[in-house]
Amino acid sequence: MGLLRAMGSWAIAQLQTIGQMFIFLANALYFIFIPPFKFRLLLRQIRFFGNKSMLVILLTGSFTGMVLALQLFYILRKFGSEALLGPGIALSLIRELGPVLAALMVTGRAGSALTAEVGMMRITEQIDALTAMALNPMRYLIVPNIVAALIAFPLLVSIFDLIGIFGGYLVGVKVLGISSGTYFSLMEDYVEMEDIMIGLYKSLSFGLIVSWICCYKGFYTGYGAEGVSKSTTQAVVLCSILILIFDYFLGSVLFL
Amino acid sequence: MIEIIDLHKSFNGQKVLNGVNLKIEDKDVIIIMGTSGCGKSVLIKHIIGLLTPDKGSILINGVDITTLDTKELDKIRERLGVLFQGGALFDSLTVYGNVAFPLREKTKLSKMEIRDRVIQALEDVGLKEMGKKFPAELSGGMKKRVAFARTLISEPAIVLFDEPTTGLDPVITSSIHELIKATHEKYGYTGVIISHEVPRIFEICNKVAMLHGGIIVESGTPEEIMNSMNPIISQFISGSHEGPIEY
Repeated sequence: MGLLRAMGSWAIAQLQTIGQMFIFLANALYFIFIPPFKFRLLLRQIRFFGNKSMLVILLTGSFTGMVLALQLFYILRKFGSEALLGPGIALSLIRELGPVLAALMVTGRAGSALTAEVGMMRITEQIDALTAMALNPMRYLIVPNIVAALIAFPLLVSIFDLIGIFGGYLVGVKVLGISSGTYFSLMEDYVEMEDIMIGLYKSLSFGLIVSWICCYKGFYTGYGAEGVSKSTTQAVVLCSILILIFDYFLGSVLFL
Repeated sequence: MIEIIDLHKSFNGQKVLNGVNLKIEDKDVIIIMGTSGCGKSVLIKHIIGLLTPDKGSILINGVDITTLDTKELDKIRERLGVLFQGGALFDSLTVYGNVAFPLREKTKLSKMEIRDRVIQALEDVGLKEMGKKFPAELSGGMKKRVAFARTLISEPAIVLFDEPTTGLDPVITSSIHELIKATHEKYGYTGVIISHEVPRIFEICNKVAMLHGGIIVESGTPEEIMNSMNPIISQFISGSHEGPIEY
């Protein structure tokens, strides 16, 4: 009986948290469309998500493309289809690896920092100060982050894809000896607009997930430095799991 | 006027406020004293509307703020100023940006008008040259004074001070007390101050209330409180280990 009660309380607590998370998101999405709009804060957060994640994206993108070239070349050679290396790399990156890996990297770099920043604002009463000044923290703190992520994620994913394709080119053409014309011309033949749109939808979804979860975890952080540290870890873990789960479901829906 | 009537609040089954009753007249400066964790900050957060009571009401100029929606509550908040315990300065803004923030966001003043008022406010708190610094570069006392300038720049009718001198040395504490006194004379606000600096802080107030066990055990003028026969108050003011207050 005791175990049943404990399970019941746990389930109710989880449902309450999920409900609170969706109310938080609905509130944030509502204020996106309600003026006054905070363009300066938005630009600052686009820089935070985009510009400051650039080095991580360039490094991970290029090495992902390079390792993909090595592995795909090894597989394709078994079937005598080395010429398909270019489209193989491009399709893998654009449809799948670009959005997922870029989102995971931005979660680690910017998402964790965002949770910590919002969490610190909570425990140092800066969020209370906004409320006490009759200013809505959603509008000042959360909305700029969500909109910035929706703008920055597709751009970062595009850069990840491009630099990945270039990394694949370096290994495929310069190291493994495929002709440059084959690498790019077949890519043009096989990559369609639909593939690019799938990548775009995924990056937008991941942008929303990362900004939502990271802001929520910071906004409702626990007490003291320990509370912020716990929230940051939870935000990164939850974002990473949700990115992979949504990647599968989005992939299934968009593929069908 | 602020009137707190039978205010109750519990957290996870633990009663923090257990029927607080308190009346604060316009332009009064009241000190609310009490042991650490007795619910003083919780009481202030109710007056700002950051917390909702389990029972009871808070009337500000006759309006019960516990029944208001966010929009109506914001109208009341526009007339309130709050000095938070740690200052609650925005880390991403400079001192100038922090002080100018309420004016930029809540008024239609021109850049020049805002600049003049911010410079005047910083001068009032003795930090005229610090406008370009960030909060992280300031000492605890400076942060409090910047927060003070930010609180007063919109000339609120009611100012709530949550432990304005905690963690500061005696000299800076005196300067903050003087600042409260001078700005009260200048702006004529109603001041609610939470403080442990007793009886030192009594010189800047005209009313004192003692919060203990979730209720106001006694309130009166500083002289009345100093001469009180209530053992809780005597023990708190004398700082004695022995008495009805348990630690």
